[in-house]
Amino acid sequence: MDYILSLITFIPLAGVLLLLVMPRNDALQRYTALAVSLAAFVVSIPLITGFQTNADYQFVENVPWIAAGSFQMNYHLGIDGISLWLVILTTFIMPLAILSTFTAVEEKVKEYMICLLLLEVGMLGAFVSLDLFLFYIFWELMLIPMYFIIGIWGGKNRIYAAVKFFIYTMVGSLLMLIAIMYVYFKAGAGDFNITRFYNIGLDPATQTWLFLAFALAFAIKVPMFPLHTWLPDAHTEAPTAGSVILAAVLLKMGTYGFVRFAMPLFPDATAQFTPLIATLSVIGIIYASLVAMVQEDVKKLVAYSSVAHLGFVMLGVFALNQQGIAGGMLQMLNHGISTGALFLIVGFIYERRHTRLITDFGGLSKQMPVFATIFMIVTFSSIGLPGTNGFVGEFLVLIGSFESDLRWYTIIASSGVILSAVYMLWMFQRVMFGELTNPKNKTLTDLNGREILIMAPLVALIFVMGLYPIPFIDKMNPAIEKLITQTKQKQVAGVAISSEPVDMQALPIWNPAEPK
Amino acid sequence: MELALPQLNFISIMPETLLSVVAMALLLVNVLVKSEEKAYLGYLSLAGLMGALYTVPWGEKIGGFGGMVLQDNFSSFFTSIFILCAAMTILISDGYFKKEGCNHGELYPLILFATVGMMFMAKATDLMTVFLGLEVLSVALYILAGFNRDSVKSNEAGLKYFLLGAFSTGFLLYGMALIYGATGTTKIAKIAALAAQNGAVANNTMFLVGMLLMATGFSFKIAAAPFHMWTPDVYEGAPTPITAFMSAGPKAAGFAAFLRVFLIALPTLTVQWSDLLWILAVLTMTIGNIIALSQDNIKRMLAYSSIAHAGYALVGFTAHNAAGVSGVLFYLLSYTFMNIGAFAIIVMIGKKGEPNNNVQDYAGFGTKRPVLAMCFSIFLFSLAGIPPTAGFIGKFYLFAGAVQQGYIWLAIIGVLNSAASVYYYLRVMVYMYMKKPDEEFNWITLSPAIMLCIFIAVVGVLIPGVIPNSVLTLAANSLPLP
Repeated sequence: MDYILSLITFIPLAGVLLLLVMPRNDALQRYTALAVSLAAFVVSIPLITGFQTNADYQFVENVPWIAAGSFQMNYHLGIDGISLWLVILTTFIMPLAILSTFTAVEEKVKEYMICLLLLEVGMLGAFVSLDLFLFYIFWELMLIPMYFIIGIWGGKNRIYAAVKFFIYTMVGSLLMLIAIMYVYFKAGAGDFNITRFYNIGLDPATQTWLFLAFALAFAIKVPMFPLHTWLPDAHTEAPTAGSVILAAVLLKMGTYGFVRFAMPLFPDATAQFTPLIATLSVIGIIYASLVAMVQEDVKKLVAYSSVAHLGFVMLGVFALNQQGIAGGMLQMLNHGISTGALFLIVGFIYERRHTRLITDFGGLSKQMPVFATIFMIVTFSSIGLPGTNGFVGEFLVLIGSFESDLRWYTIIASSGVILSAVYMLWMFQRVMFGELTNPKNKTLTDLNGREILIMAPLVALIFVMGLYPIPFIDKMNPAIEKLITQTKQKQVAGVAISSEPVDMQALPIWNPAEPK
Repeated sequence: MELALPQLNFISIMPETLLSVVAMALLLVNVLVKSEEKAYLGYLSLAGLMGALYTVPWGEKIGGFGGMVLQDNFSSFFTSIFILCAAMTILISDGYFKKEGCNHGELYPLILFATVGMMFMAKATDLMTVFLGLEVLSVALYILAGFNRDSVKSNEAGLKYFLLGAFSTGFLLYGMALIYGATGTTKIAKIAALAAQNGAVANNTMFLVGMLLMATGFSFKIAAAPFHMWTPDVYEGAPTPITAFMSAGPKAAGFAAFLRVFLIALPTLTVQWSDLLWILAVLTMTIGNIIALSQDNIKRMLAYSSIAHAGYALVGFTAHNAAGVSGVLFYLLSYTFMNIGAFAIIVMIGKKGEPNNNVQDYAGFGTKRPVLAMCFSIFLFSLAGIPPTAGFIGKFYLFAGAVQQGYIWLAIIGVLNSAASVYYYLRVMVYMYMKKPDEEFNWITLSPAIMLCIFIAVVGVLIPGVIPNSVLTLAANSLPLP
């Protein structure tokens, strides 16, 4: 158990090496990649069972890595309640994403699988790193495979989308690198351990600049309005598995970055920038919803819905109280599941019809009843209908931010909930209901066994997390509390955004299973 | 009157002596070897280089020749870079010169002499030794640049390099003369001591102008903007293996001498020269990267990128602290691997007359030759400074040095440049992996020597990228001594 995090992170890398030396046989490569990603998932399950519900970093590994000149970098891994679920989300989504490529990708299968597994290494590494330098390495490492996934296996405009994705992310993260160096020198001799940096006590003016550098990198990744323009391109052009991973995990890097680094490292700047970030989040929610409404391409619609959903996450996180952050974290997981599922659904239909235009469809529910059912559940989850996971997250976010200084923002943001129902249901109606007019749609086949196998765990989770989210939140809570004290206590100046921590169990939603 | 003979201490120039002997012997052997068997000379010179690498001492400080040279870790580090650079160049020359029809045996001794010149530059503790080393290097390089006698471009490269090189040497020499005029010595350590003791020396305009002129001369050698004009034409015209050599070795040699002279001899002028280098670094990075963005010829693109890389190294030099200077050393070593590796691929893809040097010619390379394309991608990612490669670690140390010294804006300009450079490196990858070729791809000549070179380069880029500790420690222990 001592090396479990390393094991999880580097199982996919071992898979990459295995695939490299394997003969070129598409089926063999596919199943090997699937097996490797499943192995990573299985190995990650003990993380949940072995996780102690407290605020400490657990499963810690800390060995010196670089110690040369004036620098000391450690290979320092560990997870707390915040990163735990993101690690699980990653290992959970990967096998499904890989399974979805079995018929979708026919060319260069070997390279595709290598890219997917390499991407998994980067994502897992970034979530488990407690050394800021190590985090940066993994953070950048994610770029390369994603760039190739979009650029080689993507749609018509793939090259433009891939380069845009790469340059956008690169510019942001390089400025963050300078900020990392600055923080390191401010902290004095030692290593890049982030908990060490939490206690430096930088003056607010310095924090402002450093926060901006970190926030830029993370805001691009989230993506926050107005830095979101790479996302619709990347999503639309990426192959299905690429979109799924991009939506389910990669975007979470941004919000995770805020929670793990930007906020606790720079508490004063966080307070100072909360209004700005809340404003941008609210604009993002409303604007992206409106843009999503008029999209003709289903995939682009889902991409814009991502921007809106992540706006909710940001709002919740920056409310900086228990419910807000818990809601934000939960919404990150929900978004991973439901938007990942939506991209899979779009992929299924695209594989059959080679089009994603809403006008090409209509009345599919008669032709594909299983597909229609699953699509409907996922749509509800994305809208946030009670009983599905989306509701819990959104509700908590709104409660949390309503209780905080962000009350007015919350009121405006709430309209996003309605808007999301509008664009999702309208799309669903146009695609699935009505007359089956297009003759090409008459030959469509329903989901096959493999596709149902992919969707089943996602649908199950939608309900599990919707009806009984307590286990998820319980494991997060101590870490969230610590984050809040971390951020609030250290605030020297600036506006305090306070609200009393509310007992989670007292809220009616928490125990829907128990009769009152 | 007693005649004091200076202490020679030949041990201080062991590798240089060995290489010179090998080179001279090769010139004699060359007469006896038939023209189609010149490759043997290559093997012999490789053996000589390996022998020289073996004799490089570490951890000792040995002065020699009355204070003209100093063997320390700094010189050992650079000597290793030069030897690696020369060896990799000889490996990728295999077959190239035969293909181009200029398979003359003089190639190998010339490369070795150039290497000896570079080694003396890194070892020099006297301005005269710097100059001598530079001349030995330059004369050999002028010939090498124009080595392909039948190619007009190569001739142009040789002549251009000669004219501008001679011109820049003039600046350097004039600068040295002024420094001598101000202090009365050419010994690097003595210059510093005199300037520190005597305020009149340090504040002498002659001294300052001498520094400026030397900076100009060195900037020519390391191709720093605005003294970079010769680079693209020379790099494009010279035979590709020689371009690889020139972009790594002599640039590192220029930095070696530049570092030692400025850090050791001119500490009293640190404020002035670090301001100057700040400007040079920004100009070099920005001009190199912006022009590289619009290049179609891949050799020319790498030429401009090599200008930009000199700019990154100047960032660490400007910081002139332990992190920055050891970053320069680490970076120049990594750059040798990644750049020669990239050129090895270019050598392999180009055919006679070098028509396949446009980025469009790389369309479909990733499909046809996945392993080679992967290696090329690794080099390009390293050049772009993306982890986990040596290029990233190097840039981290360079920029961290600048941040530590308070040059935040310099570091920011540096990373923004780095981000811009990503575009043109990615462009090659876009063609390799994402575009379909116009015609079939059937002209790749794989030779074991080139493959070995590419393998060495991949190892040299990836290992220090993932476990950089030993190389970084070595670099940190190799700061220049007086």
